[in-house]
Formats: sequence, structure tokens, C-alpha cells
Amino acid sequence: MEKLKFGKSSGFFDTFERRPGAIKKNMHYCPGCGHGILHKLLAEALEEMDIQDQTVLIAPVGCSVFTYYYFDCGGISVPHGRAPAVGSGIARANPDSFVISYQGDGDLGAIGFNNFIQAANRGENMTVLFVNNAIYGMTGGQMAPTTLPGQKTMTSPQGRDPLTEGYPLKVCETVAALDSPVYVERCALTSYKNIMQAKKALRKGLENLKNRKGFSLIEFLSGCPINLKMTTDEADHFIEERMMKYFPIGKFKDIADDRPAISKHLGIFEPAAVKRILYPNRQSSSKSKDFRNKSEIFTKERRIKCAGFGGQGILSLGMMIANMARLRNFNVTWLPSYGPEMRGGTANCSVVLSRDDVGSPIVDKDTNLLIAMNQPSMDKFLPELKKNGVLLYDSSSIEVPNCSEDKKVFGINAAEIAEDLGDHRVANSVILGALSFILRDYFLEGDDKADFDKTFEEAIIDCFANKKGIVDLNLKAFYKGKAAVETCF
Amino acid sequence: MESTNQVLLKGNEAAIYGALLAGCECFFGYPITPASEIAHAAANLFPALDRPFLQAESEIAAINMVFGASASGRRAMTASSGLGISLKQEAVSFIATCELPAVIIDIMRGGPGLGNIGPEQSDYNQVVKGGGHGSYKCIVLAPNSAQEMCDMTYEAFDLADRYRTVVYVLTDGVIGQMLESLKLPEPLPRRPIPEWAIDGGVNKRDNYIASIYMDHDDLEAVNIRLQEKYALIEKEQQQAESYYTDDAELVIVCYGIISRVAKTAVAKLRDKGLKVGMLRPQKLFPFPKSHLNDLVNKECMKSFIAIEMSNGQMIDDVKLAIECKKPVHFYNRMGGNVPTVKEIIEKCEKILKEQQ
Repeated sequence: MEKLKFGKSSGFFDTFERRPGAIKKNMHYCPGCGHGILHKLLAEALEEMDIQDQTVLIAPVGCSVFTYYYFDCGGISVPHGRAPAVGSGIARANPDSFVISYQGDGDLGAIGFNNFIQAANRGENMTVLFVNNAIYGMTGGQMAPTTLPGQKTMTSPQGRDPLTEGYPLKVCETVAALDSPVYVERCALTSYKNIMQAKKALRKGLENLKNRKGFSLIEFLSGCPINLKMTTDEADHFIEERMMKYFPIGKFKDIADDRPAISKHLGIFEPAAVKRILYPNRQSSSKSKDFRNKSEIFTKERRIKCAGFGGQGILSLGMMIANMARLRNFNVTWLPSYGPEMRGGTANCSVVLSRDDVGSPIVDKDTNLLIAMNQPSMDKFLPELKKNGVLLYDSSSIEVPNCSEDKKVFGINAAEIAEDLGDHRVANSVILGALSFILRDYFLEGDDKADFDKTFEEAIIDCFANKKGIVDLNLKAFYKGKAAVETCF
Repeated sequence: MESTNQVLLKGNEAAIYGALLAGCECFFGYPITPASEIAHAAANLFPALDRPFLQAESEIAAINMVFGASASGRRAMTASSGLGISLKQEAVSFIATCELPAVIIDIMRGGPGLGNIGPEQSDYNQVVKGGGHGSYKCIVLAPNSAQEMCDMTYEAFDLADRYRTVVYVLTDGVIGQMLESLKLPEPLPRRPIPEWAIDGGVNKRDNYIASIYMDHDDLEAVNIRLQEKYALIEKEQQQAESYYTDDAELVIVCYGIISRVAKTAVAKLRDKGLKVGMLRPQKLFPFPKSHLNDLVNKECMKSFIAIEMSNGQMIDDVKLAIECKKPVHFYNRMGGNVPTVKEIIEKCEKILKEQQ
């Protein structure tokens, strides 16, 4: 069917069925409002560029809140000022969509400016149509960030005073100063000539969107005769004589031709491929799922506390022990000192291993094994060591503790050994070496003795995966610790 | 080398594994302790699967990005804590009203105000009761282990789709920070783009998503529909773990890290021959009313104790659920402190003595 000369663009719905009430043919805008002009330009562009299917037009809060009543394309109504954030989500999640953020001066310039400027600065594939009419419309004529100096509004009844309310926000100038945006132009919806230029700018912005060039901003100086308390002609005059002096129209930036298209995430979802990436590789020497170490020490839940200064590798020490437990099919928890205890640079962690489900992962009492690497930790946690508990401490900095007879106490000069190896940070692996010796000689039975030497090594390798130099140094420290403790006891 | 589903992960990391295996397509977040490891894991693993990860400029932006992504028919999530969740509430209300699926993880920290980064449970009201403006609710899952952080996040996406609603995974800093052994679930295939999405495409061009209803009757109808949905969720989704409740005279009600501590306490109380049990809500909305009422009607059952790391937020739901038919005692710690095994044992022993 041939199109009527004065018929609506098919970028619009034929009738506005989404609009509640009896009026289904007209828009809700006031006479002389710039939104009507821009809507028409946009509808024609959507139709002529054949992008209605892919377009998502974001309706802001403000007078243009109802764009989805009118435009025959995807639509979403969003919280005040958040259109560029919502648009970023859409553009990232569905890179095949063309996101148009349609915003007014309150939505964009006031409540949502950070979301706007950050989306611009990220170079989101999005075109923002910014309607600047120097006043709040929908809420009834209050001052906008773009209200002119001296302009009277409901909330600047004496006229905007730049000394107390600041100067009008120059949005295009601000965005053009950023490196990411590809296109910035300010137009005016006044004369035929200006409207034709606005139409051209709008096309350019949508072309950029289609070509995935990134962020485009087109500002439209627009009339709001009702709230400005003017006739349509007076409003046009206001724009051309007063607004355009402060907000000059023209192109501020156009570098789209120099920009490559933004790539798209395709996503890997095929289950076997996902598993390959997310499931870790089983250590070649690790045991089958049913393997259980038989030594009696493992029949009960074992609660371990590692404590010292921050930077001594306390947390990784605990993590190596936890890894060891995992490699031998224990249920294990590792909990770092966390919250208030972090103050003062001390660090500790709780490790619990069990054949059953682990209850409380917080080792605050009933500690079976305490590894103390500085004096304050020793003082703090020794009282929590259970009867018959094991204490392992760094004798380079800690005095010989006063323990009841039931405790098994082992001191090793871990920090000094680590210094000799050239890196004080490996004191934790020296301690681990000592622990492996102590376990083997005092607590493990049968095959577990040989097995556990291996487990410790695997845990170190596991813990520092992909960092060969660090693995080697820590293994060296581990053997040193083992040898040192052997000669001590 | 053979791959394995046996891993050792922090609760925060486990949540991202659960999300990716459930087919979550994009992550938007803003750093905040003690939830940051979620964003760290997402920053590594989403790109590894060629799925979008974006560090937003704010909590507000992050949830609005989730809103946009979900409206596009993609599985999307964010994560935060305390004050960050407060900032998100407006958008959560929009998402709930637009009936879009979305997953939010809240690793609770100490409040109010800036508070601290220690563990608390003081987001209970703002998460379980809706939180933002308007009469809406979100499904709230309450994991207490790294395994559940993974499994519940995995499940959250299905629940969010099934009921077209926001699903929170709500836990405390300890569960988020704790490294624990777990088994990874099987990867799910990509979910097809739902019919309602604004996906771009001839058939979906008619779709639009809005939560504005100028007509009062229209908005009332939306509200009624939402309440019907929440009633259905209450009917279908109550979930709790029972531990020694069969013959209990006193039942501890708690969730998150406290339930781990309380489990040890209950085991020790049982060793002493004391009949204490624990009921752990695994979902906080819907609250396990039926589980509680089953206990209320038992003859041996004398009272409950709600234990929280907040000022008595969950206890209201316990009392409402049982319509105050039995006494509900209370014990709490705040400010980043976790009730200890000893404290729980002492409190329970005192109650048992008094009720004899």
C-alpha cells in the first residue's frame, strides 16, 4: 500500500494502544514541545534505516517517560537517571541490539549524570539523545542543571544565581573532552534549517550504533513553552537568542571513521567446553575419591589455628594445609582472620578437617594444633590449645612457652632458615616441613607416613600453581624445615 | 590430565562457579568487602567463557545493568553487601515489578552506617522484606557452606526464571570468606531467550518492559498479581534443614554461619543428654512456616530460640510463623562478632533449666 504523504512514519505505532484512556492517536506532549519534533525525526530514522527490530529505546523518567507508547521498537522504562546504566547492561548482554537512551536535562544532567558520563567514558555502544529545554517539565517547571543564569523557575523564583546555583551544565563540551565517545553534536529543534541539521546528526548517531562504533551524544535544544510560560514562537526565540548563546550548536567531535567496531562476546556454553574451563585438572598423583588415610589421628575432627604477623604467609600456610586435606579427601574449611581481628597487622586462620561435615569453621577453642609465628599470637591463642594439643612455633622470635605437660611442643627457627634461603616469606613452608616431620614421626601410621610427605609437596605445588619459581623456593624451604626439625628432636 | 569436580573454594568464589555452571551470561558489580572475591572470580571466569563482565561505576549502575541485561532475556547477576544493597533497592523494586528474573548475592557485613567489614546478618529486613519501595518481595536463599553458595546460586537462576522474580543469595562475611571443599554441579546449556524479552527481533519487537501504570486500577491489578505470585512461592518453596529436632525440647532457629556454630553446639549439648535441636531456614523468603508449625505442635517441644547476628530481625518471622504459640527466646551478637559454641551452649542450658 502506498504511504500517505502526511501519514505517520511506521517507526510509530499506527494507534497508540499502550496509552491508557480514550486518546489513542495523539501523544501526551504539550503544544510546542520539542519532544514531538524529535519523536518524529527518530521514528522516521528507525523506519528508513530499517533498525526497528533491533532497537531498544530506553524511556527515562521525565516527560519522555512514555516513549514506549509510541515507538514501534523494543522499549523499556527505567529508574530516574539510570538509562545509560540499563543501556550498558543491554548493550553488553545482547550486542546485537541497538540501544538508544532518550533523556532529559534532569534525568541526564542531574540525578543520572554519573551513569551518563561513565557510559560515555566506557564508550558503550549506545546513542544518547539528550533533550535540553533548560527546565524540568513533568514535575512542573523546576530548575534544571541547564537552566540559564537569571532564568526564573519554580525553584529559582528570583532567577538562577550562578554564584549560589552554579552555571548551566555544558554536557556536550564535557563529553567531547573525553577520549572514548566517537560523536558529539548539539542541535536545536527550532527553525527548518536547524531541524534538518538535527535530523542529519540523529542519522549519524544511529549509523554509529549500527556500525558498533561506540558512544554518540546528540543534544537537542528544545522548547518547553508551558513551563517557560511562553508561546511557541517565544520559546523558539528563547532557544535561539538565549540558550544558543550559552549552548552553541554544532559538531564537537566526530571520530567514528577512525574507530574500529566493538567486538562481541559470543559466550561459551557447550557443557563439555564449560567443564574444560571450570573444572580443575586432577593432580596426576592424587588419590581416588574413596581413598582414606588410616591413621588414628584422622578419625576425629582436627582443628588447626595458624597465627602470626601479616606478611608472614600465615594465610597461605593454612591454605596449604587445607589443600593437603582436600587432596586426601577430607572435608575441610579454611577461614582467614577477618573483620576486627585484622587490625594491628596480625593475621590468623582457622583450618578444620574432618571425615564428617565440618560444623563450626571458627577455631576459637579446642584447638588441636596451634602454629604460632609471633609472640602476640602465641600469647593470644595458647590458652585455646586443647589438652594433648600440639604446638609448633617459630623459635627465632618467640620465647620458649610455658605449657602443661600434656602438650607436645615443637620450636623451629623458621624465620632464620627462611632468611638464609634469601626470602623471609618462605618461613611458612619451613614450618610446613617441620609439620610434615612431626606428623610422620609422632602421629602417622603405616602407609600414611610415606603418603603424607608426598601430600605436602602436592599441596605446595597446588597452592602456587603456575608460579614455578615460587613453587621451587617453597619446596626448598619445606625440605630445609624438615631437615632442621629432624636434627632438633 | 583428567578433570575433577572436587574443588576447594571460598564461598564467594563458589557462587561464581555456581552461576557460570547455571548458564549465567553476564556479571555486573562494584567492589565491596566482604563480597569482592565474587567480583574477582567473575572478572577471571566470565571472560574465560567469553561472557561479559563489567565493573560498574556504582552499586546503582550495577543493578541497573542487571535490569537491562535481564530485560534482554539474558541470565544476569550482581553481588554486594550491606550499604551497597541499600543503594540498589530502587532498581530491585523496578525489576520485581517488571517481573524480570535476576540474581543478587548479598554477603552481609557489619552495620549500620559504614559499620565494618566483619560478618553480620543485619541486611535481613532489607532483603527478606522487599527492601525498596512498593509491595514486592524477593526469594531469599540462605547458604551456610561453600557447597551451598555454589548450589544455591546455581538454583537461584532457575527460581528467578520460574517465578520471574529477583532471587537473593543472602549470607554473611564468614560464609563468603571461608574456603571449603565442594563438588561442582554439571553445566547447564544456555537458556533460550524468553518470549517476553526485548531481544531485538521481529517477533519480539512488540515487547516492552515498564513498571509505570497511570491507571490506579491497573496498578492495583499488578499488585494483586504480584501478591498471588508470592503466595504461590510461599506454598511451593519453603525449605529448611532439621538437625536433632525430632525429640527436641528447645529448637535453635538460625541461618548462615550461626547454623554451623550451632550445629557443633547442638552436638555437644546432645552429648550431655540435653534435647536441643536446630532448624535452619535454607530460604528466608518464603520463611519455613510449615517446618516451624510441625515442631510447635509436638508435645515435647517447649520453646524456640532465635539466634542472630542482628538486632532481632529474623525472630519476628519465627514468632509470626508460629503465631507466638510457644515462647521464642533470643540471643544475638552484633558488630562483626559471631556467637561462639560456648555462648550458645550456655544460653541453651539456661533456658532448659528455666523451662523444667
